[in-house]
Amino acid sequence: MYKYADFDEAFVRSRAAQFRGQVERRIDGSLTEDEFRPLRLMNGLYLQLHAYMLRVAIPYGTLSSRQMRQLAMIADRWDKGYGHFTTRQNIQYNWPKLPDVPDMIDALADVEMHAIQTSGNTIRNVTADHFAGAAADEIEDPRPVAELIRQWSTDHPEFQFLPRKFKIAITGSPNDRAVTRAHDIGLRTVRGGSGQVGYEVIVGGGLGRTPMIGQVIRPFLKKEDLLPYLEAIVSVYNVMGRRDNKYKARIKITVFENGIEAFRAAVEDRFKVTRAEFSGVDQAVLAGIAEQFAPPAFRNAPEDGYEAARAADPVFRAWTDTNLAQHRAPGYAIVTVSIKAHGATPGDATSSQMRLLADLADKYGHGELRISHEQNVILPHVHKSDLPALHAALKTDALATANVGLVSDIIACPGMDYCALATARSIPVAQEIATHFKAIGLEDEIGQLKIKISGCINACGHHHVGHIGILGLDRAGVENYQITLGGDHTEKATIGDKVGPGFAYDQVVPAIERLVRAYLGLRTDRTETFIDAFRRLGPDPFKAALYPAEAERDAA
Amino acid sequence: MARQFTPKIVTANALLEGDVVYLTADDRWSRDLSEAELIEDEAHAQLRLLKAEGQRQTVVGVYLTDAKAGPNGPEPVHFREAFRARGPSNYLHGKQESANV
Repeated sequence: MYKYADFDEAFVRSRAAQFRGQVERRIDGSLTEDEFRPLRLMNGLYLQLHAYMLRVAIPYGTLSSRQMRQLAMIADRWDKGYGHFTTRQNIQYNWPKLPDVPDMIDALADVEMHAIQTSGNTIRNVTADHFAGAAADEIEDPRPVAELIRQWSTDHPEFQFLPRKFKIAITGSPNDRAVTRAHDIGLRTVRGGSGQVGYEVIVGGGLGRTPMIGQVIRPFLKKEDLLPYLEAIVSVYNVMGRRDNKYKARIKITVFENGIEAFRAAVEDRFKVTRAEFSGVDQAVLAGIAEQFAPPAFRNAPEDGYEAARAADPVFRAWTDTNLAQHRAPGYAIVTVSIKAHGATPGDATSSQMRLLADLADKYGHGELRISHEQNVILPHVHKSDLPALHAALKTDALATANVGLVSDIIACPGMDYCALATARSIPVAQEIATHFKAIGLEDEIGQLKIKISGCINACGHHHVGHIGILGLDRAGVENYQITLGGDHTEKATIGDKVGPGFAYDQVVPAIERLVRAYLGLRTDRTETFIDAFRRLGPDPFKAALYPAEAERDAA
Repeated sequence: MARQFTPKIVTANALLEGDVVYLTADDRWSRDLSEAELIEDEAHAQLRLLKAEGQRQTVVGVYLTDAKAGPNGPEPVHFREAFRARGPSNYLHGKQESANV
């Protein structure tokens, strides 16, 4: 893992000290709220519905056990004993008090973390595949480059006042687990003709009120050209992007309005300048970073007891069936720890869960943890012989739920339970779907299904790319939920389609059940997932299930 | 005929804790919606808003919002204000916590 250089340490400490002074001046009245607001947002501090909210970056979703323990300490000392992991690999504290925030920021700096650029019209936390450095299908660990991008984008003087926020995601694997096509810039590691590693550069993707799938601006970019090329894209956007209308200010609109060809031409033109400006020092820095991401010393040991435990314990077997992914090292597995026990709030982890996860990472996982955009925690390197003991330990704190990828593994934004922008609640809808399908015993039968819920059009809950997307809206002063179908968040990224009128709050779960039962009746067999069946059959049978009265009328 | 004025309350968040607060008739900030001053007159509402906005060292994000009279004082009209007055639905935190103590 990356260890802060003296420069990083000095920068983060100086920003923490600056913010402490700013908070003091706000409280003593030297700064008005209008003056203070942009300063607090530069440091990730929002004012939400019931309280302040501090958003802390977890760069490319990677945490050490020591950092995880500190996040738990912060939750206990200055918040309410829990944190909320988000779809952008951040952690949010929902209840900080303004006078305490400088101490929280100092505590973060103690473990090489910060909340800088988690808000504002800047380049935000760079996100990455949560299986990075472990996945069997990986071409190259994307995290060294993600760290390079973090260093380049942090406090970049040209990019502190972009037309709008800017999000970059990177994956090292052909199977895209980082939703790269729904980011302002998505980077997919690819091999060129001669076998050299480079990037497919995708630009102009995004969800929100105008969802768009990103377009390829460069099918192959040489690795050493990455920063100059990113700088060219962002600087062209900085000039061409609209500042007259907040809702048309994201790069997806710039690309859409100008067309990808014109945008690409402007970027390539600008790239000639930026390329010449980079002396190659970035590649020297990258080499130094890459050394720090050397893989841990994997054990070459027999998988003792793993198959026996699977045979003997159906609960353990079910968990291994859903929560493990293929590791590149023989005898190892990637463990996704579901923090979504049925009825739990998606993304929330208590301080005791965080501490247990940190301890288990030290004991069984080379001290490493990852946070996924799907709001779960990953132990990326666990030897299979350790899995039975790990599973037993996870069970002690509601962390052994075998539901990864299933109907209850729902992405949900905080919604109107916390967020000032929300138009409806998300969390209780997710809780009720999860508990309902468990109660009727259909979860395993349904199999792989991605439900994603947003409490407003900004789509933090990624509803557009859910197999079933749920969007909470305010319709004439009442919560109303629009359902979209057929979305996909992977390398086959697709925006789901609206199928009809929305549903009242208490009608959402019955509607989802009708949809799912329709799927169970229509699928060829258990191997045909919901999304596969949807692609084969189209929306009509699912629409009929959602709106039975209309279907009946049409048939009459 | 002029459009009928919908009664209002003045609400904001406390500067230090961020908690939802309401302006009372005796110029306090209460954490309890039922203690808010229910303002029935448009001109008075604007004056109360101005007064509240002047208190920049106490509160943040002052605004007027619709409310209605209830047996125990003002009640929310919109569900957003109902959630602000009550707290989140997934945990008994915020105002629900203090009520539990």
